[in-house]
Amino acid sequence: MAALTPTAAPAPGGTPRRARDPKAVRVRARRRPRVWRGAVLALAGLYFLVPLLSSFVFTVHTPGQGVSFAAYTGILSAEGFTRSLLLSLGLAAATILLALLLAVPALVGVRLGAPRLRPLVEIVCMLPLVVPPIALVTGVTTVLRWGPDHLSRTPLYQTFLAVQNESFPVVLVLAYTVLALPFVYRSLDAGLRAVDVPTLVEAARNCGASRLYVILRVILPNLRSSLAGASFLTLALVLGEYTIASLLGFRPFAVWIVSVSGAQARMSVAVSLLSLLITWALLLLLSRAGTRAASATPAPPAPSGTSASLTSPASGKE
Amino acid sequence: MSLTSTATEDRPEEGTTSTTGALVEFRGLRRAFGPTVALDGLDLTARPGELLALLGPSGCGKTTALRVLAGFEQPDSGEVLVDGEDITRVPANRRDAGMVFQSYSLFPHLNARDNVAFGLRVRKVSAAERRARAAELLDLVGLPEHGDRYPHQMSGGQQQRVALARALALRPRVLLLDEPLSALDAKVRLTLREEIRRLQLSLGITTIFVTHDQEEALSMADRVAVLNAGRLEQCAPPAELYERPATAFVAEFVGTMNRLAGRLTDGGQVEVAGVTLPVDGELPASREVEVLIRPENITATADPAGTATVVSASFFGSVTRVLLDLPGGGSVKSDVPSRDAGELVPGVRATVEPARRPVLVVPAPGSGA
Ligand SMILES: Nc1ncnc2c1ncn2[C@@H]1O[C@H](COP(=O)(O)OP(=O)(O)OP(=O)(O)O)[C@@H](O)[C@H]1O
Ligand SMILES: [Mg+2]
Repeated sequence: MAALTPTAAPAPGGTPRRARDPKAVRVRARRRPRVWRGAVLALAGLYFLVPLLSSFVFTVHTPGQGVSFAAYTGILSAEGFTRSLLLSLGLAAATILLALLLAVPALVGVRLGAPRLRPLVEIVCMLPLVVPPIALVTGVTTVLRWGPDHLSRTPLYQTFLAVQNESFPVVLVLAYTVLALPFVYRSLDAGLRAVDVPTLVEAARNCGASRLYVILRVILPNLRSSLAGASFLTLALVLGEYTIASLLGFRPFAVWIVSVSGAQARMSVAVSLLSLLITWALLLLLSRAGTRAASATPAPPAPSGTSASLTSPASGKE
Repeated sequence: MSLTSTATEDRPEEGTTSTTGALVEFRGLRRAFGPTVALDGLDLTARPGELLALLGPSGCGKTTALRVLAGFEQPDSGEVLVDGEDITRVPANRRDAGMVFQSYSLFPHLNARDNVAFGLRVRKVSAAERRARAAELLDLVGLPEHGDRYPHQMSGGQQQRVALARALALRPRVLLLDEPLSALDAKVRLTLREEIRRLQLSLGITTIFVTHDQEEALSMADRVAVLNAGRLEQCAPPAELYERPATAFVAEFVGTMNRLAGRLTDGGQVEVAGVTLPVDGELPASREVEVLIRPENITATADPAGTATVVSASFFGSVTRVLLDLPGGGSVKSDVPSRDAGELVPGVRATVEPARRPVLVVPAPGSGA
């Protein structure tokens, strides 16, 4: 009882001072970010918009001849446009499928059955980040060259040829899957962290569900938004990838843009603007699908890992 | 109210998977996690239709025992029998036991109705029937309006009710509750506790309820099993557990207990605080002992000539718990009817007297027995 008084005594004198301080701090703190936010936004906007606008003006306006949209109308009839775009989309779809098929069972399995293997899986999945694509492509080229020489008498020879099929180069899907793995891993890992997987599995087993049923009907639905995030990142990566495809001699969309740009400057800029729009539209679609899934099945808030890693492939893609 | 009526309507149509209770037996269960022995030869029986509380300190193996029964954990040795049938090797999804988990375990992507109907969906019950049964169960747990809510739109208490409905959906023969109330606040706990008990009685389902809250165990259960370090200490109805604890561990774990220094007499009795009392249970080898006496079995009266001194008095409604210092060192708690406790204020001298009834004794810590 007596001990209470000394601690209580300074409080009345202290309260007003303490009450005044936070308010002042809060007001200042509120005004400053607002100013900064505006400035940063404006700068970022300029940084993105100025090049875009200049590009656009360049494509439609020829000095002395006025405005013409010929560059854009020319694209659709340009040789290779549809083919390369479809090829890129096909590659992206295959890569997304393969990467998810690899990563989802591995991550779920590790989380449920062997938590001690998790660091190992993480390292393996993150490794591609530190391997530059140029190193990867060198390795792949070497193998592709070495393979046919040594395996010419075995059925594997046919495999080597099939993998490099010009119309759908599986070897690119394999390489892109490796590149996409870190982003897929991050996104899925964040999604898995947000739900108590072991308890949900046990609850479902207790309701009579088999293991497969649990994974398909309980775990995957709860991972929807992070699956969408992983697909989103992989799509962005594949649409913009140039190094590997070009060095291996294939012509997906990014390579086609570059090859076209040499011949017709105006059209190449128009194409890259268009590709930007296409990519945005696709990403928007995917993220809409993800959020719709998430809001229809109110899953935990979007995993933080997704938004954090969003920047990396975009900056890598250029 | 609706609870009982729905439950009674429910029973005739139960068919093969009847909810009338099963007999559950644990036989010599052993389970070690590396060096930690979670279950060390546990033998325990839950009678058909009873609510058996598993009580014990943290880490004594309560959850492990329940998980073995649910099939989430394989015992190193020993077996689990339900109605005499060994189910130790039956996979978790084929066991007939509904479980409510300690943590919130509803499926976040499903609303309350679909959560409840999940097990029916697994069993490929038709959509109409699922809906009807889920509605009935939500009604049973008092949430008829909440079928469309998602788990994150419900309070903790509501989530645990839905989890209870989900556990009952497949009409299991055994209901397993692993501290389902521990994450809830005191008031919700109290009402939910009563509701679970009422539901259990009306369904007549054998229920094993894990808790480390002794009040919860004593107030709800038909019998309470006290576990310590993976073994059963005692399994008895609450009153017996309280009045006649079989071991010193049970005596001290259940309720409040005084430990008073005493001395065995030649006649096999014990001398404590100036009186001689009969001894209940085994006699220790050493003469110097500690005597276990409940606060309500000690009377304290204000007395200027007394040797004890009142240190504090806490009011608990009908009784006041008085803490007194004894002359030889040590202290004792006494529950005094509040109307007689007026004079027992801190500093007052008092006499302390144990009630004349058999007491438990344990060897004194210092005696080299
Ligand atoms: N999966 C596990 N891996 C390693 N040790 C475990 C595991 N599960 C339980 N244990 C250990 O087994 C012992 C018993 O655990 P259990 O969860 O059964 O205790 P409990 O009685 O339920 O305790 P609480 O009241 O704290 O929930 C503890 O010492 C615990 O650390
Ligand atoms: Mg536990």
